[in-house]
Amino acid sequence: MTVRQRAGAVYRYLRWYLRELTGEAEYDRYCERRRDHHPHDPVPTRREYEVLRTRHRETHPQSRCC
Amino acid sequence: MSASAMPESALPAPEGPPEPPSGSSRMSPRSILLWTTVALVGAVGWGVLALSRGEEISAVWLVVAALGSYAIAYRFYSRFVVRRVLKPDDRRATPAERLEDGVDFQPTDRRVLLGHHFAAIAGAGPLVGPVLAAQMGYLPGTLWIVAGVIFAGAVQDMVVLFLSMRRDGKSLGQMARDEIGKAGGAAALIAVFAIMIILLGVLALVVVNALAHSPWGTFSVAMTIPIALFMGFWMHVVRPGRVVETSLIGVALLLLAIVGGSWIQNSSLADTFTLSPTTLVFCLVGYGFVASVLPVWMLLAPRDYLSTFMKIGTIALLAVGVIVAAPVMRAEAVSDFASSGAGPVFAGSLFPFLFITIACGALSGFHALVASGTTPKLIQKESQVRMIGYGAMLMESFVAIMALIAAATLEPGLYYAMNAPAGLLGTTAESASQAVAGLGFTITPDQLTQAAKAVEEQTLIARSGGAPTLAVGMSEIFSGVFGGTALKAFWYHFAIMFEALFILTTVDAGTRVGRFMLQDMLGNVWKPIGRVNWKPGIWLCSGIVVAAWGYFLYTGATDPLGGINQLFPLFGIANQLLAAVALTVCTTVLIKSGRLRWAWVTGVPLAWVVAITFTAGWQKIFSDDPRVGFFAQRAKYADGIDAGQVIAPAKSLDDMHTVVTNSTVDGVLIALFLLLVTVVIANAAVVCVRAVRSPDPLPTTEAPYVESRIQLPEQASAEPLVGTRS
Repeated sequence: MTVRQRAGAVYRYLRWYLRELTGEAEYDRYCERRRDHHPHDPVPTRREYEVLRTRHRETHPQSRCC
Repeated sequence: MSASAMPESALPAPEGPPEPPSGSSRMSPRSILLWTTVALVGAVGWGVLALSRGEEISAVWLVVAALGSYAIAYRFYSRFVVRRVLKPDDRRATPAERLEDGVDFQPTDRRVLLGHHFAAIAGAGPLVGPVLAAQMGYLPGTLWIVAGVIFAGAVQDMVVLFLSMRRDGKSLGQMARDEIGKAGGAAALIAVFAIMIILLGVLALVVVNALAHSPWGTFSVAMTIPIALFMGFWMHVVRPGRVVETSLIGVALLLLAIVGGSWIQNSSLADTFTLSPTTLVFCLVGYGFVASVLPVWMLLAPRDYLSTFMKIGTIALLAVGVIVAAPVMRAEAVSDFASSGAGPVFAGSLFPFLFITIACGALSGFHALVASGTTPKLIQKESQVRMIGYGAMLMESFVAIMALIAAATLEPGLYYAMNAPAGLLGTTAESASQAVAGLGFTITPDQLTQAAKAVEEQTLIARSGGAPTLAVGMSEIFSGVFGGTALKAFWYHFAIMFEALFILTTVDAGTRVGRFMLQDMLGNVWKPIGRVNWKPGIWLCSGIVVAAWGYFLYTGATDPLGGINQLFPLFGIANQLLAAVALTVCTTVLIKSGRLRWAWVTGVPLAWVVAITFTAGWQKIFSDDPRVGFFAQRAKYADGIDAGQVIAPAKSLDDMHTVVTNSTVDGVLIALFLLLVTVVIANAAVVCVRAVRSPDPLPTTEAPYVESRIQLPEQASAEPLVGTRS
């Protein structure tokens, strides 16, 4: 592996990790899931999905420890 | 790069470190060699700590001893607990797989979940406790943090996580009710709520003490509110869902805010941001209320992201700093206060109060709430509880070790000038210097002024609460590695900001969680209040929660005897009592499910935590020493009032009345906590006896077995229990 390829791999890993950690990747997964379960329904846009996600978060607070 | 959650597909792990081949339980010669080396390195670290007396030793030895012990514990003890006691089965579907809904339940890559779980459990606790405990020397704290986490804290986190996972992610309170009984369950629920209130009050007090009379700190922490609002707007309205980019922008703005604080401090705006403790209390209470009723996307969610990024980044930076700068320990290994119990930071002798003061980092009951909340609903494979439950707690313990190092590398004179109560130190450099000399340490008034000047604070005298001490220690370490003395003030305020951010995130989230608990409880009495969308109910419950922790915050900020000195033991006892509840649930389930032989795994830590909390609670209630016992303290000041005397450090009769009220409230609260936990344990004991006498295992509420369809690449071997490495 060249240095360049290695750097690219590290970047992709970091990007994947951060997107997963922050939940940014949830939307992609949600769409995929929806297409599988309801193939004829349209998938929500990113904006619509964020509204759904926030609404859920509103009623499911997560404790943060000390 | 999205991770498809379909059963057949593996999660993306192309760039991860190659998984070690696992399988046979017999160790290969190479592995034996490796672990012998690790054991030797750790032993050398402990040896150096044990044998050096009088000479100065490098903090690196502490790091080596701790990391060596963690590695051995993870490899051997956690594996033993997993294989012999918990017996996870990777062919069994986890709730994340069975109940997958893409929202609450979702099989998540273990490395991602480790990050999530770590971010949820680690906060300001492991940073504050060890700093205060440094008054007994660095050795007792280090021993407790390392031994405590290995045999108690990490075991508790892992077992609770496992039990909750086997019960579809039930909360600790629900598990207590289902496995122990109605009385135990109700007592556990009330205890959890009350303990959370104390926790929020004490944590907020740390922020107040760090920001009082510090325009730089107050400005930069205040700026996190507009920054969070901007981030919320950006990722909700402008670029929906772009969390990573928004967080990076937020971190950049945060650093700017820290730099800007320096400018504010030297401008005409300085007075606007110079606030007294009492003003800060009202600001925080107001903020807490607003944050808990605003939509989450505006303030809470963005602040949470910001805090997570700062947390992981700063902790990594601190680890690098400690190893590169290799500071020398200046505190004694074991100080005289360890045996005399007359320390100015917190009163009481080593047993039990050291174990109360250092809760997070060694054993933290609060983690049981996190481990029975979101995390169990996201686990992909049962055996991963080891890496996520045990591993994340080891990481938190390492944070505590670094905080201890930061405090113990400070000159003891400076440490006591910052951490003794204001009533003892007075307000001038001269009076503080004299008071420190009275404690048996030296710092000249000039050195004290210089130290404050170096970090551009008005004063460092009586800046108790742990955060400023840690910040001075961190600024020493960081400036030794990055930027030299010129950046010392920046690093100090960076550290203050970092802690305040954690704590405010905990306060936001905690107030919200508390509000839901209260709505749930009151909903049983009067239906409408339980409805999560009924605004007056939300406002009322949020108000009650905020007022409750605000009360403790206010009394702490105005207590003539020093709020941290008074309240921190209460916080420690509360947190450890929660651990007692969690370990009781664990032990009961082990016994009920026919694992009496292994019940000591959680039973011994339970016995230990009961011993420390009940001894500490007993002393806090019944001790004749007014520095330790709340009621002895109350009697002393009440007698003073009757005789018309003002007893120092109180300055007026009003102060005297404040002391009487506070010590009564604190004493009654401790008694109440002990009573609640006694109910839980007594109820559990009855259940355990019944279980032992019963010829068949008693029914537990474990969810039925369903075959898993997820196949992970590293689990292709016949061995179902794959030892994952962190």
